[in-house]
Amino acid sequence: MGEAIVITSGKGGVGKTTTTANLGTALALLDKKVCLIDTDIGLRNLDVIMGLENRIIYDIVDVLEERCKVSQALIKDKRFDCLYLLPAAQTSDKSSLTPEGMIEVINQLKPDYDYILIDCPAGIEQGYKNAVVGADKALVVTTPEKSSVRDADRIIGLLEQEDIEPPHLIINRIRNHMMKNGDMLDVDEIVQVLSIDLLGIVADDDDVIKASNHGEPVAFQPNTRASIAYRNIARRILGESVPLLSLEEKPGFMDKIKKVFGLAK
Amino acid sequence: MSANQTNQRITIKGTRDGLTLFMDDTCSFENLLKELHDILTSHHFAEDEPMITVKVELGNRYLNGEQESQLREVIRKQNKLVVDQIVSNVILKTEALEWKEDTEIRLHNKIVRSGQVLHVNGDLLLVGDVNPGGKVIASGNIFVMGNLRGIAHAGVDGNEEAVIAASYMAPNQLRIADKISRSPDNEQGGVHMECGFLDEQREQIIMDRISSLTKARPDLNAFERRIFNG
Ligand SMILES: Nc1ncnc2c1ncn2[C@@H]1O[C@H](COP(=O)(O)OP(=O)(O)OP(=O)(O)O)[C@@H](O)[C@H]1O
Ligand SMILES: [Mg+2]
Repeated sequence: MGEAIVITSGKGGVGKTTTTANLGTALALLDKKVCLIDTDIGLRNLDVIMGLENRIIYDIVDVLEERCKVSQALIKDKRFDCLYLLPAAQTSDKSSLTPEGMIEVINQLKPDYDYILIDCPAGIEQGYKNAVVGADKALVVTTPEKSSVRDADRIIGLLEQEDIEPPHLIINRIRNHMMKNGDMLDVDEIVQVLSIDLLGIVADDDDVIKASNHGEPVAFQPNTRASIAYRNIARRILGESVPLLSLEEKPGFMDKIKKVFGLAK
Repeated sequence: MSANQTNQRITIKGTRDGLTLFMDDTCSFENLLKELHDILTSHHFAEDEPMITVKVELGNRYLNGEQESQLREVIRKQNKLVVDQIVSNVILKTEALEWKEDTEIRLHNKIVRSGQVLHVNGDLLLVGDVNPGGKVIASGNIFVMGNLRGIAHAGVDGNEEAVIAASYMAPNQLRIADKISRSPDNEQGGVHMECGFLDEQREQIIMDRISSLTKARPDLNAFERRIFNG
C-alpha cells in the first residue's frame, strides 16, 4: 500500500512543481513505483517539466467525470517504467475536482504504487484543500524569503488541522552568498520559526531551470548540486538518515554544535 | 418604631474624605431605606456647605441593581450628598465565576502561526511561539514562554493594568487596552525577557525588563486585586 505525499507551499512560484518532478524522478531512480498527480487545474506545469506534455490524452478531470478510467489517464515516464503522471486538466472547469473525488482516485492508485506525489496549487482555497485531503504526509516548500516563510507558516497551521502527519520542510533556492551576507533568512532561522523538521535544502541552481526547460528534471543528472540535493531528500523520504552535505551546506550548523557543547557565548 | 432602634441600623462616621454610612446587614432592606431617609431628612445641611461624598458600607448584604438605585436615589435627594462608592462583602456566585474566568490563567501549549488567532478570557500563558502574522488576545495579561513575533493584545476589554511579557520579544505589534505600539521599522532582532505595559499616565506602552514588573505592577494577580478593590 503506497503513501500519498502532498507538496505544498502557500505562496506561488517557490518550487512545488519542480520539487514534485524531481522527487518523483529521484524516487524512481531508487526503484520505487511512483505516481505524480498534478492538481493545479488550469495551470498545469508538471507535464511540461517531465517532458510529457505531448502524450496527454485524458486528464484528472476526465477521470473524475468518468470519461475514462484512472489507468487510461496515467502517462508513463520516458525514462522510467516505474514512474507515472496523472496530469491536471488545462481547460476544463475546476468544479468537478472535489475532495471526495481526490480521495477516490488516490485510493485507486495506492495499491499499485509506493509513493503518490501530489503537486498542490498555490493558495489556500479549494485547490489546496483538494490536494491535501487524500494525503498521508505533507512537504512544505519555502524559499529563504520572509513572505514565503510567512505563507509556509500559514500552510503549516492549516495542515495541523488536517488528519495528516506533521509536515516536513524543504527550503528551496538557497543562495549561499546572500545568506552569508544576511540578505536572506538563514536555514536555522527559518527552521526555528516554522519549528517543523527539515527534510532538505536545495540550492538556487541554473541547472534546475535548464533541465526543466528540456523536459527532464535535474534529478536525472548524476552530479549537479541540485540533483544531489533532490536525491538526498528522496533517500530521507525512504527513511535513511542522510546528513546535510557540504554541497547543500547548512550555514550556522557549526554554531549549533558549539551551542550544544556550550562553546558559543 | 422608636428612634432608639432605628439609630442602631445605620452608623454614620465622618472622615476627612466625607461620610461613611455603616449599614446593618440583618434588617430588611425596606426598613433600612426608611431609616436612611429619616436620618438624612432630619439632618439639616446649610446652603453654603460644600458637597459631601458618601461611602456606603453594606456589610454582608447583597443589593440587586434595582435596590442599589433605590439606595442611591434616597441619598441623592439630599442635595448636598454624592455617592462615591457602595461596598459589600458579598457578590453573586455568577459574578464570582465571571471574576474567576476573567482572572484565571489559561495555559496553551502550541505555536500560534501566521493567520491564527488565540483568544482567551483571563490571563494567557502560552508555552510556545507566536509567529509573525499570528495573534494572541487576552482580557488579562499575556505571558509567552517562547518567541513573541506576531501581535499580542492584552487587556482587550479595556484593562489598562494588563501586561505582556515574553521570553523573546520581537513582536509585529503590542496592544494593551486601546493603546497600540509597533516595532520600529528596520528592527533587527528582539530582546530576551522583556515586557510591555502602559506608563503611569496610561497613555503609551513602555518596554522594560521583566524584572521591572515587580515595581510597575506589584499586584499582577488580578483575582486578588478584584477581591480587595471590587
Ligand atoms: N532550486 C531552484 N533553482 C533555480 N530555479 C528554480 C529552483 N526551484 C524552482 N526554480 C524555478 O522557479 C520557478 C517556479 O518553480 P515552480 O513552477 O516549481 O514553482 P511552483 O511553486 O510550482 O509554482 P506555482 O505556485 O505557480 O505552481 C520555475 O521557473 C523553476 O524553474
Ligand atoms: Mg506549480
